[in-house]
Amino acid sequence: MGALTLSNVTKSFGKTDVIKGVSLEVSEGEFCVFVGPSGCGKSTLLRMIAGLEDVTSGDVILDGARINDLAPAKREIAMVFQTYALYPHLTVRDNMGLALKQAGVARAEIIAATDKAAAMLSLQPLMDRRPAELSGGQRQRVAIGRAIVRRPKLFLFDEPLSNLDAALRVATRIEIARLHRELNATTIYVTHDQVEAMTLADKIVVLRAGLVEQVGRPMDLYNDPDNTFVAGFIGSPQMNFLKSGLLGLSSETVGIRPEHLTLHPGGGQIRGRVNHVERLGGETLVYVTTVQHGMLTVRMFGEHNYDVDADIGVDFDAAHLFHFDAAGKRLR
Amino acid sequence: MHKARHSPARSIAAHAILIAWTVIALFPVFVIVINSFKSRKAIFGDPLALPLPENFDLVGYTTVLAQGDFFQYFLNSLIVTVASLFFVLLFGAMAAFALSEYRFRGNTLMGLYLALGIMIPIRLGTVAILQLMVASGLVNTRTALVLVYTAQGLPLAVFILSEFMRNVSHDLKNAGRIDGLSEYTIFFRLVLPLVRPAMATVAVFTMIPIWNDLWFPLILAPAEEVKTITLGSQVFIGQFVTNWNAVLAALSLAIVPVLVLYLIFSRQLIRGITAGAVK
Repeated sequence: MGALTLSNVTKSFGKTDVIKGVSLEVSEGEFCVFVGPSGCGKSTLLRMIAGLEDVTSGDVILDGARINDLAPAKREIAMVFQTYALYPHLTVRDNMGLALKQAGVARAEIIAATDKAAAMLSLQPLMDRRPAELSGGQRQRVAIGRAIVRRPKLFLFDEPLSNLDAALRVATRIEIARLHRELNATTIYVTHDQVEAMTLADKIVVLRAGLVEQVGRPMDLYNDPDNTFVAGFIGSPQMNFLKSGLLGLSSETVGIRPEHLTLHPGGGQIRGRVNHVERLGGETLVYVTTVQHGMLTVRMFGEHNYDVDADIGVDFDAAHLFHFDAAGKRLR
Repeated sequence: MHKARHSPARSIAAHAILIAWTVIALFPVFVIVINSFKSRKAIFGDPLALPLPENFDLVGYTTVLAQGDFFQYFLNSLIVTVASLFFVLLFGAMAAFALSEYRFRGNTLMGLYLALGIMIPIRLGTVAILQLMVASGLVNTRTALVLVYTAQGLPLAVFILSEFMRNVSHDLKNAGRIDGLSEYTIFFRLVLPLVRPAMATVAVFTMIPIWNDLWFPLILAPAEEVKTITLGSQVFIGQFVTNWNAVLAALSLAIVPVLVLYLIFSRQLIRGITAGAVK
C-alpha cells in the first residue's frame, strides 16, 4: 500500500506557473522530503497530492489508481499541518476520531483506534481536553495522532515543526522518525529546513521555482550534488564557492565544504582576514573574508582560537572540490 | 512590562475622555427616560430635572399601553429586526465565505459589486422598491420590510465578514476537507464559530438602523397590524398637539428590546474564541 507516482504534474494560477512539470516516484514505505527555499512550490505540490489544489496537467497516481479528480477525503491520505489545525470545539479524542466518524465507522472501533494512537504518542491523559488547553508540542502530537488514526496509504506533513521551539523540534523530529519506523507508512514531508530533511529522509527532493533540481538519498545529495543550487542548499554551514580561474582550474566555479578547508596563519593558497569566529564547543567555525572569493567558512572540530582581523591563509584539499560550469551544472 | 504601559496619569486621562464621551452619548437617552416619568407641566418647566415625588407621573406609559396596539407594534419591530438580522448574517456570511475561500473568475468584481451597496443609499431606490412591492402584492406586509432590510444590511455584512474570513486558518479548513467534512459543515461548524466576534459586530451595526427606521415602515407598511414601534410612536406627534408624555414613554420602551439584543451580541463581541485553533 502507498506507492505514489507523479508524472509531469503542473500547476498554474492564472498565468503564473507554480509547478512546471514534476515527475517523481515514491515507493511504498519510503520517507520522502520535499525541501527548497520559500516560494519554490513544495507546499503547493503537497497540497496537490492531498487534493486541496487542482492539478493543471499531469497525473497523480496512488497505488496504481489515478487520483487527480478524487476528493481529499477519498484519497486515503492524512495530513499534518504547520499550524496544527485542530478543531477548537472538539476534545482531543473527537479531533482524532472525526475522520473515522465521517467515514461511518462504528463507535467502539473509533475508540479502539484513538486509544491505540494515543498510546503511541502518550496522549492518554489529554484525551478529554480541548485544543485550547494544550501546549504547542501537545497540539502537534494530537495532530499527528489524528493522522495515524486514519491508517492512511500516505502521510503528508506540511512543515509540522516550524511552529515549535528548538528543543521541542528535535524531540518531535525523533518522534516522527520513530513513528515512521513503527508504522512503515509512505510519508511525504515538506520543510525548508535542510537539517530536518537530512535527518528524516530516505529520499530528498530538492525543488526550486517549481522544478525538481535533484532527487536522492541525503548522503548522495551531500556528497554528489548535481548543481550549485543543491550543493549550496544541502549542508550547514553552506558550501564555499570559489572562482576556478584564479586557482588555475578549467571550470567556472568550484565548491568545497567548510570542513575541507584548512587554516594556515603563515601560508595557504588563498590569503584573507578573519571576519568572525563562532565557537560551538564541539566545533569551531571561522569566517574568513578574502579579496578574490568573498567570504569563506572554515569548519574545524574541537576548540580553536583565532583573532578577529588577523591575516590568515586558507588551504583546500583538491580531492574534495566540486567543479561547476557557468550555468551552475556539475562537471564530473 | 505591563506596568510600563499603565502610568496613572495616562490612564486617568484616557478614562476622563471615555467618561466624557459616554456622558455626551447617553445624555439624550437619559433626558428621554427621566422625562417619560414626569407630568406634562414638569417636562416643560424643567426638562433636565429628575422626576420628584410631586411631579412623578406615569400618564405617558398608561396612554401608550392603553393605546392597545402597542404590544403589536413591538412585536412587529421585533419580528422585522430579528428576521432581517438572521438573513443578513446567514447570506452575508455565506457570500463572504465564497468570496474569501474560493478562487473563481470575477471574484474581485463580485466583491466590489456587493460592496457597492455600502456607498449607495438604498433609499434612492424607494420609488422602484415601492412599485416592486405593489406589483408583488407585498405592500403592508412584514415580509416587504424584511426583504428591504436584508438588502440594506448585506453589503456591509459581506464586506466585514469576508475580511475576517480571510484570516481564518486555511489549514483548519483543509484539515476538515481531508477528514471528509462537507463544505457546509466546514462553514457552519469550523468557520462561523471562529468569526463570531465579527458576526456580533455586523449584527449590532445592522440591527440599530433597522429598529430605528421610520422611512420604509411609513412607505411600505403603514397599516395598523404591521406598524413598527417607531412608526407607532408617531401617532402621538400631531400637527398641532403633541402628546410628549406618550412619545417619551413610547421611545423609552422602544429602547429596551434593542438594549437586550445589544447585550446579547456584545457578550459575543468580547469573547474571543479563536484560542486553540491555531497557534
